Amino acid sequence: MKLLILLVVVLGLVAAVQLSKVYQLSISLRGKREEDISEADNRLNGGLFLAFMVAFYVSFVVLLVKYGSYGTPPASEHGVAVDRLMDFNMAIIFVVFFIVNTLLFWFSAKYYHRADRKARFIAHDNRLELIWTVIPSVVLAIIIAYGLQTWNEMTGEASEDALRVELYSKQFDWTARYPGADGEFGQANYNLITPMNALGIVTEDGVAAALTEIEEKIAKVEEEINYEKGHLLAEWAAIEAELNDDHGHDDHSHDNHGHDDHGHDAHADDHGDGKQALEARMAEIEHMLESDKVNILTEAAFEAKEDKLYRLIRHRQRIQEIRNFDFDGELTAWESGMDDQIVKGEFHLPVGREVEFVFRSRDVIHSAYMPQFRAQMNTVPGVPTRFKMKPTITTDSMRTVLENPEFDYVLLCNKVCGAAHFNMQMKIVIESQEAYDTWLSEQGEFIVKEGSEEPEMEQASAQKESQTITASL
Amino acid sequence: MGAQAHHHEESFVSKYVFSHDHKMISKQFLVTAIVMGIVAVMLSVFFRLQLGWPGESFAILETFLGKWAPGGVLDRNAYLALVTIHGTIMVFFVLTGGLSGTFSNLLIPLQIGARDMASGFLNMLSYWFFFFSSVIMILSLFTEGGAASGGWTVYPPLSALPQAMPGSGMGMTLWLISMVLFVVSSLLGGLNYVVTIINLRTKGMSMTRLPLTIWAFMVTAILGVLSFPVLVSAVVLLLMDRTMGTAFYLSDIFIGGEALDVTGGSPILYQHLFWFLGHPEVYIVLLPALGISSEVIATNARKPIFGYKAMVGSLLGIGFLSFIVWGHHMFVTGMNPFLGSVFVFTTLLIAIPSAVKAFNYITTLWQGNIRFTPAMLFSIGLVSTFVTGGLTGIILADSALDVNVHDTYFVVAHFHIVMGMSAIFGMLAGIYHWFPKMFGRMMNTKLGFAHFWVTIVCGYGVFFPMHFVGIAGAPRRYYEYSNFDFLGSVMDLQPLISTFAIVGAIGQLFFLFNFFYSIFYGQKSVQNPWMSNTLEWTTPVRHVHGNWDGPLPEVHRWAYDYSNPVHDADFVPQTTPALSGEEVH
Repeated sequence: MKLLILLVVVLGLVAAVQLSKVYQLSISLRGKREEDISEADNRLNGGLFLAFMVAFYVSFVVLLVKYGSYGTPPASEHGVAVDRLMDFNMAIIFVVFFIVNTLLFWFSAKYYHRADRKARFIAHDNRLELIWTVIPSVVLAIIIAYGLQTWNEMTGEASEDALRVELYSKQFDWTARYPGADGEFGQANYNLITPMNALGIVTEDGVAAALTEIEEKIAKVEEEINYEKGHLLAEWAAIEAELNDDHGHDDHSHDNHGHDDHGHDAHADDHGDGKQALEARMAEIEHMLESDKVNILTEAAFEAKEDKLYRLIRHRQRIQEIRNFDFDGELTAWESGMDDQIVKGEFHLPVGREVEFVFRSRDVIHSAYMPQFRAQMNTVPGVPTRFKMKPTITTDSMRTVLENPEFDYVLLCNKVCGAAHFNMQMKIVIESQEAYDTWLSEQGEFIVKEGSEEPEMEQASAQKESQTITASL
Repeated sequence: MGAQAHHHEESFVSKYVFSHDHKMISKQFLVTAIVMGIVAVMLSVFFRLQLGWPGESFAILETFLGKWAPGGVLDRNAYLALVTIHGTIMVFFVLTGGLSGTFSNLLIPLQIGARDMASGFLNMLSYWFFFFSSVIMILSLFTEGGAASGGWTVYPPLSALPQAMPGSGMGMTLWLISMVLFVVSSLLGGLNYVVTIINLRTKGMSMTRLPLTIWAFMVTAILGVLSFPVLVSAVVLLLMDRTMGTAFYLSDIFIGGEALDVTGGSPILYQHLFWFLGHPEVYIVLLPALGISSEVIATNARKPIFGYKAMVGSLLGIGFLSFIVWGHHMFVTGMNPFLGSVFVFTTLLIAIPSAVKAFNYITTLWQGNIRFTPAMLFSIGLVSTFVTGGLTGIILADSALDVNVHDTYFVVAHFHIVMGMSAIFGMLAGIYHWFPKMFGRMMNTKLGFAHFWVTIVCGYGVFFPMHFVGIAGAPRRYYEYSNFDFLGSVMDLQPLISTFAIVGAIGQLFFLFNFFYSIFYGQKSVQNPWMSNTLEWTTPVRHVHGNWDGPLPEVHRWAYDYSNPVHDADFVPQTTPALSGEEVH
């Protein structure tokens, strides 16, 4: 089949080449040259420009009528202003678009080449050029002024009583966080992220849980490293060799009387203990080799494990630093995270109240895009960002307006972030303050609890450590 | 016949491979760019298949992409890789290397009356860096995890962390290496162009007599020399973040179940560095196209280009402004809103010199005697798309509006009409116009007509409807859109767009066939087929080392004395001395 297609392509190409040669021969015989565009061809191309222009404008109008509604009506206060600004700019653009394209295509059609004509020699006209420098300048000044006015309103400080909601992005979903009764978000730190604490909120238990988890990971990797068969065997062989070697060394030193007697005695004492320890280690290794924890790793994999161990130990260190330093003198920071409310899948906002979003990202840059609210802000790891808006239409009202009972507002990701980028979304529900209050009260408070299977001792020591810190505050 | 012509017989290698001759190097750039362009267009057809008919199986995808399209359905990661490499190849390899590399090389010495570039050796190096950069970029498609997939801007942390996506592995490393080589090529070329234009102009060729092509190439080269080094910094820091454990762009990242040992870096720093190149880059792409169309339009309208000084001034103005507008790509990164306002202001200022250029083109056509060569058709197409695409830039430059259309199809529509149509049209116009100069033969005119009409109809057919898709809120770089009800009926446009894209891509066969056929069998060219004024048409058709057989030509007037009533002929070559009493420009 593929061969057949290839054959057809090759034959087609050969045929095209031959046809072209015949065509070329025929025009050469008639004394025609490629650069001589006949008057008919010039008229044709000029006419085609006009035809193209008409078709272009007609399709434009059809598209405009059918799809020119900006998707959904703006559902936020600034969204209305944005759409008004958009209309204003679009109106100007349309005018320029039609004027310039019309002149271009019309002149093309009108002034096609005729042998008996000569073009008009005109190299410049300062008055004309001044006109089309000044008019765009004035129009742009208006566009800039109007645009910046809208921009300043959009990006000004949020009011004091604005609701604050955190939107947290990761590959490939969104999480929303509400500050709880105290109105304060608990601090967050990426080092504290665990399955139980997806946002890394800093609480006493959160730190303890993160430490517990990291200790477990360290223990696991250490175990894998310790039980690597090749390295165990090598160590065993090395100890055996050392023991044998020591034997020979002893014999040798006997022959050299008077050679640092004192040191020799000390060495002998050491040697006795050391030998014992080495033998114990050999026994231990033998025992370990029989356990089912033994694993075999390539040298590269072993080094990767060692790297991982190093990174985990660094991670543990960073968690300990949080415990030690981050919250000196700020007892509330430990507590304000406790009542934060975390929701996934959908989040609700009261209609008519300003909300200030705070955005954070766990892994890569995402972008929180809420097209119906004309709102967008990137979420950047390590750099919190903000955006404020005031929703003005409830989900129910919008469903009525659009005559679509299925309609939902949506938060989606608009910065490429990986394979499932195209489906990273969260539903937004805009509702009355009462409905919102009810919904919020149904969302549980955030409290990290350590799993019950943790070893008791570690839990106790973690508790003790945290008590010490609380006391020192 | 001059001494250079039969100085010595050159070996195949020194004539066709490691040539120092600017004309040969220009052909090398062009053919490489056309090959890269074919690859990039094919990639776009592949992902347009998925976007037009999501989830449907196409045998052609499996044939070409193998494991990246199991069962003929494009893989999600492969989709992102295709989008990324399509953009990278088009912006850098076709529209920077291909456009500026080809025509700066060909035209600078020929139009200023120089025997060759200031340094033929550096010029050769410039091509070979470009060549190896292209090879590495193509090779990156065949790496285990696939090519770079984070979009052509490769924003970290996505591009910095191999665990973030398969394309951020080896493919990304090759992308970065390729880009460093590319920048070396671009710098070697750019320095050479500027030095040549300033130092090697022939007698009488004052700066104000330079054809607008040369002005455009010079401003382009200056932009490249000043901005590409910044891209190298950005890229090298990213390489270090990837391989040496630094954290220039990384902070507070938890990925793959692990909290990374990185703090204090900023992903936004990369964006500032990238767009410090990235925005001038837009004009590096566009200005040569505008230069080419100025020349082609004046020649074929048989009229002087209207407002020569304003055209030069607007080139310089655009060039300068292009350095202080990069922040308009970053309105939604959390950048200080006041800083955003400054970028709104500077960006919208660019509309003024752009408007001047557009009106000057149109006035050049007014009362002209327009000969519709294929090059002229593409140049008129360029003006239309430059205006259509430029106008939507006003929306995107307005930060308050950008918030809503940022990274949507509206942006895709905007920059494709400006770069994918306008700049490409400029390049095609250049190829049709100077093909006789490059290869000594003519391209077939009728095929050229067909090529233009298919291309402009399909080009607008692809990109114009995208404005509406974007305003409805459809994000770019999405694998499919079926998960969003609110987009509703506007998604009906996707199959239409894809159809235009496929037909448009097939329509390029008119060009490819014409191009390669005419190299070997095209009608032999005469010395000055377009009856043009510029110096390149005073050289012999057959290429000679040193360009002119005899002494260098002397210039007595500007390049735009078309239909000058003082003269009988409707063109007056730059070498024609002033008639007694004639006032020459």
